[in-house]
Amino acid sequence: MGRFHRHDDGTAHEHDHPQGHDGTPEHEHSHLGDGARHDPQHGDGAGLIGREEHLGDHSAYETGRERIEVLERIFDENDRTAAANRADLLHHGVCAVNLMSSPGAGKTTLLRETLRRLAGTVRVGVIEGDIETSLDADRLTGFGAEITLVNTGNGFGGECHLDAPMVRSALPRLPLSELDLVLIENVGNLVCPAEFDVGEHARAMIYSVTEGEEKPLKYPVMFRSSDLVVINKIDLLPHLDFDLELFRANLRKVNPTVTTIDVSARTGDGVDAWCAWLGSQLAGSRQPAASVQ
Amino acid sequence: MHELSICGSIAEIVTRRANGRPVDTIHVRVGQLRQVVPDTLVYCWTVVSADTALDGSRLELENIKARIKCRTCDGLSDLGDYPIMLCGTCDSADVEVVAGEEFLITALELAEV
Repeated sequence: MGRFHRHDDGTAHEHDHPQGHDGTPEHEHSHLGDGARHDPQHGDGAGLIGREEHLGDHSAYETGRERIEVLERIFDENDRTAAANRADLLHHGVCAVNLMSSPGAGKTTLLRETLRRLAGTVRVGVIEGDIETSLDADRLTGFGAEITLVNTGNGFGGECHLDAPMVRSALPRLPLSELDLVLIENVGNLVCPAEFDVGEHARAMIYSVTEGEEKPLKYPVMFRSSDLVVINKIDLLPHLDFDLELFRANLRKVNPTVTTIDVSARTGDGVDAWCAWLGSQLAGSRQPAASVQ
Repeated sequence: MHELSICGSIAEIVTRRANGRPVDTIHVRVGQLRQVVPDTLVYCWTVVSADTALDGSRLELENIKARIKCRTCDGLSDLGDYPIMLCGTCDSADVEVVAGEEFLITALELAEV
């Protein structure tokens, strides 16, 4: 099974790994020397983990019986589940986009406007992971999309992120064979969601101009892991001191290749461009197998 | 924040690898680009391991500095407090991270029985 990749130079292709989707995470082996180092910034999540290490089972004793060499990635279990999610989505020809933001950046409003525009042309499923979830889900009904909630409550006041097992539990509740696109609304949080690959094909951040220019430097991991940053609430710019160019400069420092789209989900400005980006992700995730090396 | 669920993952790995033997220290390698707060992780470990077979074990963290390699000039640069993805030698943005994204359990030390 091939895997879709994009590189810094904008090229994209699929290629096989010798240990594809047989349960062995593809990123567990070294990519050094294959002539195609993968961009660690892109949203397949695997890039968040140092690929250059060659890890395996080193459970033999190294220094007598006191010490056990482990060398096991802490996110391995999550990433195996993410790979399974990705394979299931691919099998059904569904593209999944992980939407991340801080609370109040306008994810749900943008999602509502997105569903309104895509209704009748793209068959959309939504996985709602926000902690205020039933409120958000209520705002999304009526546009023909399939919506399912993920219970992120864990007894500690709610999870701060979605992980791959949570998304895995939600997938059977969506009619994948009847969908084109799954939008995963992550929990509003600029830290934790960035760490967890959930099996998405692309990551988009929704960023509001009310959040200030310096956030890419303060929360670089999420900004770096995103394929796209939607700059939302641009209708408020005349009322704010927000320096859009300074924000873009900060963003480029941590993620030089990221795409941005200026949007006002409230007025509808830029929402078509965002929908077009979603369309391009959809097309990209369905690249014909002919490009497999 | 997500340190609790991370500790859950650590506990699963350690329990499987220790295979019933008592564990004293768990060595964890953490790259600078991981969003792990060391003190929080250590504290969460005491919460997650309490009243389990791993109660009393402790995490020993090894921090790895982030480093990028330039695809233009092949130069290596260490990242400072902010992970600014520009080559320190030629200012190119065409860089790749070569260290700092590690997050793994490297070894367990067993307790004296």
